[in-house]
Amino acid sequence: MSSASLAQATHFETPDYYDDLVKKFVIATAFWGLAGFLVGDFIAWQLVFPALNMDLEWTSFGRLRPVHTSAVIFAFGGNILLGSSLYVVQRTCRASLFGGRSAGTFLFWGYQLFIVLAATGYVLGITQSKEYAEPEWYVDLWLAIIWVTYLVIFTGTIVKRKEPHIYVANWFYLAFILAVAVLHLVNNASVPAILFGGGFTKSYIVWAGVQDAMTQWWYGHNAVGFLLTAGFLGMMYYFVPKQAERPIYSYRLSVVHFWGLTFLYIWAGPHHLFYTALPDWVQTLGMTFSVMLWMPSWGGMINGVMTLSGAWHKLRTDPVLRFLVASIGFYGMSTFEGPMMAIKTVNALSHYTDWTIGHVHAGALGWNALITFGVLYYLVPKLWNRERLYSLRLVNMHFWISTIGIVLYITSMWVSGIMQGLMWRTYDELGFLQYSFIETVEAMKPYYIIRATGGLLFVAGAILMIYNLWRTARGDIRDEAPLGLDVRVSASPV
Amino acid sequence: MQALLERNVILLAIVTVITISIGTLVQLVPLYTMETTIEKVDGMRPYSPLEQAGRDIYLREGCYLCHSQMIRPFRDEVERYGAYSLAAESMYDHPFQWGSKRTGPDLARVGGKYSNEWHVAHLVAPRSVVPESIMPNYSFLVTRPLSTDKIVGDLKTLRVVGVPYTDEQIENVQADIVSQANPELGDGDAVLGRYPKARLGDFDGNPDLISEMDALVAYLQMLGTLVDTRSYQTGADGR
Repeated sequence: MSSASLAQATHFETPDYYDDLVKKFVIATAFWGLAGFLVGDFIAWQLVFPALNMDLEWTSFGRLRPVHTSAVIFAFGGNILLGSSLYVVQRTCRASLFGGRSAGTFLFWGYQLFIVLAATGYVLGITQSKEYAEPEWYVDLWLAIIWVTYLVIFTGTIVKRKEPHIYVANWFYLAFILAVAVLHLVNNASVPAILFGGGFTKSYIVWAGVQDAMTQWWYGHNAVGFLLTAGFLGMMYYFVPKQAERPIYSYRLSVVHFWGLTFLYIWAGPHHLFYTALPDWVQTLGMTFSVMLWMPSWGGMINGVMTLSGAWHKLRTDPVLRFLVASIGFYGMSTFEGPMMAIKTVNALSHYTDWTIGHVHAGALGWNALITFGVLYYLVPKLWNRERLYSLRLVNMHFWISTIGIVLYITSMWVSGIMQGLMWRTYDELGFLQYSFIETVEAMKPYYIIRATGGLLFVAGAILMIYNLWRTARGDIRDEAPLGLDVRVSASPV
Repeated sequence: MQALLERNVILLAIVTVITISIGTLVQLVPLYTMETTIEKVDGMRPYSPLEQAGRDIYLREGCYLCHSQMIRPFRDEVERYGAYSLAAESMYDHPFQWGSKRTGPDLARVGGKYSNEWHVAHLVAPRSVVPESIMPNYSFLVTRPLSTDKIVGDLKTLRVVGVPYTDEQIENVQADIVSQANPELGDGDAVLGRYPKARLGDFDGNPDLISEMDALVAYLQMLGTLVDTRSYQTGADGR
């Protein structure tokens, strides 16, 4: 054997990927996802039947709502982001994880501890009361340590890569990690009360009033922008081309998408504070950039969807790809709805109503959850070394159950949100307000029932998925007719 | 440029952080430096110890998830809730409580609108006074004694983050809690001297106990009452 061919052999040697770590993140994603969906649906029913608050302080809506939001954003979303990014960065860099197995194990268990500390705190009433940043100071400090570990593992792996270029998915993952670090540190700046004789589990935010409002929504909006968007776009840029077996539609569009999104997103926070006591100039900036944000968002959507060029027929037989593509569709829909709701006159109606809740769930269920389901279906057979999934028909069933659930959810919230906003501002012929507040609450009830039913379907779909993934990991294969076959048979003249 | 960045992760990270810093700095820094951000009004003062304790209960129970404290300058909102909210009215709020959702009504000016008895009955069992309400019951607030030993530490912490509590106010925390919740036992005038417009009284109707209910109702009853909005002159930008 010549030395040249030897060198080539080494060159193509597969590094030792730490897939056991990714497996743990996959299991955690499924577990926390189900938990987060269940709590969400439970509190949706609380708004229909207040008796479900059970007259206990630990189970009231006000304490459980942060459990729901943190579980789905940081536990379900966070675990799939950490897990998928570590899977993707190793393969696109052809390098094993920087820091070795111990750093990875610390990252995994440290992150789960963060989740448990945060969630148990909410139930006990330990909260900073800043939406999506409720964990108290000691949990925030712990997360900061975990996050730095994550950044070091991720960038360290890129530094030791054997590929000349950094793949586009990693740009998005990196922007997500960095932005979340900056947001977390600034928005959570606080002084623990114990330093001056107060309680251990309490702190006061250093920002006050109008400045705190702006800081909070700069954070809140960009948690959506960088965690739920940039990070998940990293997933899109790797798993969609993989599952479709086609290259990304346009490299140039990827570059424009990345820098456009990163630059514009950070300005959009003030659209959560229109017509409040926030100075007008900030509101105007927020509206302008929110509307502009539509462009890079749709650029990214086009880049994802058009990756299927020449592979559209696969949608008929591959329900996993269907999850991925439908998620990009919902991404496009909610990134149109967002800029529209960020027009001040539209926001005057929609703000404070359930329309906002519907919008959030179009993105969270339609985009974040569906793409996560697709990625889980992709990853489990690969990680557990199985030939294929246990059942593609169950994947298909999951797809339709969850999609119908999402449609029930968002349509009921559109109708009820707009109704609520209109009722608040309706005058009778004598010039008095037509409706008392409680009449608007009463009018919401049927829509709250439809919403919670949609949520129940979504939970059912997740249970179906977990069953399917568990059987796949065990190595079972369901005896079933392949998907799409019946279509081909009936189309055939023979 | 792109060719360089996608080959060097450190440069890529630095340029990414610069990219997200531009909007951040432009939107956040001037809010601290421009004098027009917070209106000049009379009447704003830090919360009394009992009110602050009540506010901390409001936070603990996640009331902000269903109730806003920010009235927008629209005809219907001003008629329903009262004068639109000023930035100055939350200048001592760490953190702010403007909220983002009205599953229940806005509370920015709920102070003084209902009696103490109504608030207690409503918090204990909302459907006893508003049959269609979907609010949870907060009956445990009545029986639970307010834990007062740490409140002085809370106020000292608030002073560190910028709330202008005087030494006199800090020294009299325990006395002011008792006097505000039970003016017959203590010195109500001293509380009013230190915290003008504070509502005094046995909020929960039980003189034997200073409960968490006392604190929460004391907070609700002062919301939006400090600034005389009729005396506020609208600025050039309409606010």
